Amino acid sequence: MTATLHRLPDLVPPPTELPPRTAALRADVRAFLAEEQMAGRWTPRADVWLSGWDERFSRELGRRGWLGMTIPKEYGGHGASALDRYVVTEELLAAGAPVAAHWIADRQIGPTLLRFGTEEQRQRFLPGIARGEVYFGIGMSEPDAGSDLAAVRTRADRVDGGWELTGTKVWTSGAHHAHAFFALARSAPRDERHRHAGLSQFIVLLDAPGVQIRPIPLLTGAHHFNEVVFDRVFVPDDMVLGEIGAGWKQVTSELAFERSGPERFLSTFPLLVALVGELAGSAGAEREIGGLVARLWTLRRMSLAVAGSLESGEAPELAAAVVKELGTRYENEVIDVARLLVTTPPDPGAEAGFARLLADAVLHAPGFTLRGGTNEVLRGIVARGLGLR
Amino acid sequence: MTTSVNQELQELAESVFGDAASSDTGFDAALWRTLEETGLARLTLPAGAGGSEGTLEDAAVVLAAAGAHAARVPLVETDLLAGWLLHAAGVPLPDGPLTAVAGELEVDGTTVRGELRRVPWARAVAGVAVLTGAHVVLLDPGAAEITEGTNLAEEPRDTVRVDGPAAAVVAAPDGVAAELRLRGALGRALLLAGAARGALAAGVRYAGERVQFGRPIGRFQAVQQQLALAAGEVAAASAAASAAARAAADAGFAAPSTRLAVAAAKSRTGEAAGAVARIAHQVHGAIGFTREHDLRLWTTRLWAWREEDGSDAEWNAELGSTVLAAGPSGLWPLITGS
Repeated sequence: MTATLHRLPDLVPPPTELPPRTAALRADVRAFLAEEQMAGRWTPRADVWLSGWDERFSRELGRRGWLGMTIPKEYGGHGASALDRYVVTEELLAAGAPVAAHWIADRQIGPTLLRFGTEEQRQRFLPGIARGEVYFGIGMSEPDAGSDLAAVRTRADRVDGGWELTGTKVWTSGAHHAHAFFALARSAPRDERHRHAGLSQFIVLLDAPGVQIRPIPLLTGAHHFNEVVFDRVFVPDDMVLGEIGAGWKQVTSELAFERSGPERFLSTFPLLVALVGELAGSAGAEREIGGLVARLWTLRRMSLAVAGSLESGEAPELAAAVVKELGTRYENEVIDVARLLVTTPPDPGAEAGFARLLADAVLHAPGFTLRGGTNEVLRGIVARGLGLR
Repeated sequence: MTTSVNQELQELAESVFGDAASSDTGFDAALWRTLEETGLARLTLPAGAGGSEGTLEDAAVVLAAAGAHAARVPLVETDLLAGWLLHAAGVPLPDGPLTAVAGELEVDGTTVRGELRRVPWARAVAGVAVLTGAHVVLLDPGAAEITEGTNLAEEPRDTVRVDGPAAAVVAAPDGVAAELRLRGALGRALLLAGAARGALAAGVRYAGERVQFGRPIGRFQAVQQQLALAAGEVAAASAAASAAARAAADAGFAAPSTRLAVAAAKSRTGEAAGAVARIAHQVHGAIGFTREHDLRLWTTRLWAWREEDGSDAEWNAELGSTVLAAGPSGLWPLITGS
């Protein structure tokens, strides 16, 4: 036997505990959510960060200081830590609350503007994001560029005082309601040897002349996705995000944030809650339920460990990819176990309860393991981390 | 964050267990001596019991390394179980390796009678600590009849038959039965996480060395995807086991949050064990299925240990009962511990 084991990369950061001060915050959020539900303002749903668009709810969260939490106070935020934000986020998702309107703005846009945005851009957008009044989309995928993001063809041509964008973006969630989005575009001709070079990010207002937004209905018929077409859309110099040519680096630097949060394993949690409700008073399902809870508890510890690592300034991309890969498969496992234990058929027309949550979960499940990097791509990232590629 | 103390401990453990690694079976006396010299043998025990006064988080680091190198020593048994139990009961600890078991013995004054099954490492230890009903009993293996048995990894799991005076019989302190069980499960989960890492490391190494179709098999996406899945399981096992160690260190074993953490960790590491062993063997092909290859050192431990100290099925049943008793509104508070 060889004395030295083959060295493996760090697949998960050390355990992180939430600071004790977050207990009061958690209790406040829980009390608020209970009050909202008692008043019948919304019904818990699965996959709420895609489907739960509710601007009143987002503004109410903003009023309470629960959006833009990590944005510094001078930009209308609250200067809280990422772990405080983590607590609020996981409480909202666990309750199945309608978080879609502010979701992308709060999760990605705020932190990215703080990192790469100009002072003017921060002043312009951050206060509205923290108030829950300004909503964003993300313009990355294109008809011929999904997993292979470097293949984007949307062109940014230099013109007097700015850039002109021409091309098509797809799967843009919420573009029909949102105010703006970050568009990844090619600002220099493609070079096959350096495929990631020549990409840039632009802040595009979705009501700008030349922007067309067309629905791409989900298989359920619901309208969340859109195609966004640019026909020579003018983007002034002051709306370039970060550096021209640094788009790839900027986009990928956010992945550890985007891939490791609680939304990567809680999309079907409201179904698990309903399942426990259906099984109340019956015996025989303990092992299956225990297995789901053991996996969920573990995923949350992994996700928290990445959050703690991010908070201390590291970028554990490999560990984040692992969380998303395991977490999104777990979201599907909840559906499988629910079907195994309860024979109530899914009912997309039901107002609420197990049958409705099961219907939504089943119909939304294909998206879990696709959005934000498919599981096959994520496993490729892990294989690279293991030194196999 | 990993403290520098932890880093040093990790390096020490890696070198101690790495140097001792071999494909033999049976108790590794030389390694045990090294563990005693370095203070790792009784890491978490108080100085009064010959211990190093380390935390359970320190133990987590050391046990993960022991599992990763398939160490052949009763480390969990000596430090986390027998040492703790005897010390809690006020019984002076014998020198050398120890083991512990919960079982049934007839106790009459200082005389004990009965049979204890599947006692880990009984043939190799200086003392067997038994938690039996209302008593903590210390047995001298020399005064017992030992019938050798093994688990799937060829580790000693012996039958101990006694009929005569014990080395010590004292009243069991309150709560030790529940804590002994949780300590066993936590120790086993940490070893499992380590063994899973060892099996993955072996698979990654082999995939980089074995050439077929003109390139290392690790260049094939089918193999990469499988190893990535195994890596995910290793990550989950490590995260679960180390988070449970931290929970126990922070809140103690009596806290409901620790009970949940240990149950989840033993369940999750047990689940990972099967998946990682399967993928490691698939990647190795036929050679890993032979005695001459070392892969079995990790995979047989994964298969053996997932059943010990409560299988994933048992801990899942317990977790599920807790969850169903708490009802739908109690599920999320259980997960978050508040």
